[in-house]
Amino acid sequence: MTHIQTLNGATLKQSAAHGGCGECQTSCQSACKTSCTVANQKCENNK
Amino acid sequence: MVHTFICLGVPMAVDVNSGAVHVLDNAAYDVLSLLDAPMADICPKEFYQKLPQYDPAMLDEAWGELLELQKNGLLFTNDSYIDPAAATLMQQDAPIKALCLHVSHDCNLRCQYCFASTGDFGTGRRMTMDVETAKKAIDFVIERSGSRRNIEVDFFGGEPLMAIDTVKATVEYARSLEQKHNKNFRFTITTNGVLLDDENIEYINREMSNAVLSLDGRSEVNDRMRRTVSGGGSYDVILPKFQKLVQGRGEKDYYLRGTFTRYNPDFAADVLHIADQGFRHVSVEPVVGSLDCDYSFREEDLPGILEEYERLALELLKREDVNFFHFNVDLSQGPCVIKRMRGCGAGCEYVAVTPDGDIYPCHQFVGNEEYRLGNVYNDAFNMELSRKFAGLNIYTRPDCKDCWARFYCSGGCSASNLLVNGDIKKPNRFGCDMQRKRLECAIAIKAIRAGMAKSEP
Repeated sequence: MTHIQTLNGATLKQSAAHGGCGECQTSCQSACKTSCTVANQKCENNK
Repeated sequence: MVHTFICLGVPMAVDVNSGAVHVLDNAAYDVLSLLDAPMADICPKEFYQKLPQYDPAMLDEAWGELLELQKNGLLFTNDSYIDPAAATLMQQDAPIKALCLHVSHDCNLRCQYCFASTGDFGTGRRMTMDVETAKKAIDFVIERSGSRRNIEVDFFGGEPLMAIDTVKATVEYARSLEQKHNKNFRFTITTNGVLLDDENIEYINREMSNAVLSLDGRSEVNDRMRRTVSGGGSYDVILPKFQKLVQGRGEKDYYLRGTFTRYNPDFAADVLHIADQGFRHVSVEPVVGSLDCDYSFREEDLPGILEEYERLALELLKREDVNFFHFNVDLSQGPCVIKRMRGCGAGCEYVAVTPDGDIYPCHQFVGNEEYRLGNVYNDAFNMELSRKFAGLNIYTRPDCKDCWARFYCSGGCSASNLLVNGDIKKPNRFGCDMQRKRLECAIAIKAIRAGMAKSEP
């Protein structure tokens, strides 16, 4: 492709298959207690 | 749904429902900005007239590439793979697995914007949580967390260091129960830093997986709002203590957490100032306050704030050593779409506990009797209210349903919604505009750092 570069693929859609375990860290829009927003936290399904 | 934008000079597109993100050249950007799905197989002739600055062959080429993205499920995807009703139901049954423990409602500072009315949450009683109540809170979360292994406990307040003995007893008690109940406790402490000394710095660095250290930025900015009881500034006292704590932290998480107000619209300077004092992880966030407070933002402040975020992003591109909380986005490895539908989980997965043992949806609701959920000393938990919070997600909050940022933001802050709009379901547009701008900056930074574009101010 000459006009487009894909920075990220369809990862959100892929995540629906095995999602929902609930082990991930509590997130918050503010860093007042937690250290992550939803936008940057990690999935903890493997832990 | 596709969101096109230019940030830091980089033309980009986010395909909201798939999570795909693309960097575009000007031709592809201009074509995409004008078209609606579904795309025709070839570029319609009227695009040649709408975009005369481009050679038709180039427009055909750009069209073809966009069409290929659509065919590969990377553009104009829908959310049919999500079942909102099923996801909402899953969240209704989610156990309580995180606590905000207000070990103290006392405080040794008098910060002007304090959400807790400088410690006592407006209740007029300054109190410390006793060890028995703290243990009851730990028992409560163990019992309510079901099979969830990871449990988070945030030490908060007021100022938690004024109840350090309670903190230590809580940590010891929780850890003593880990094996029996198959739990893994993770602790965070938030502090204004005034009472930090060698002993508790060493304790915090040993036991707390995260430490949130409150500092607003430059000394004149910090000391305008974060004052001691006698009205003096706190900057000179807390800065060296924070530096010492962070130096001993190793690889463990921490954040320097500042607040910007209408008084410092040039908050980028505060972020950089904090970074220059030796801190890698920085968050400076807009004050949350009711509209009648002098320090609160007004509508006319918004354009300047959005520009300032972009100015900050441009500066931080040169500073690989700085991690700014709100420019942090993980596009590919982040949480699943189920988690992204709701976000914080206040009131259902996460609750705050006061020194009296009262339970609230989160720290911002403490003292608001209408939102009290119960008390750790008895079983009378208001499930109806909890379910009301559990039912909030990006499909049930009307303004979120059509917002491009919904899977990154996950529905905003219920407390802020209540404060500004009187309704936990209704996001305040000012906050949303800032959130969207921050995400655009975060994504553009990612693109530039991936070598896909160069920034242009």
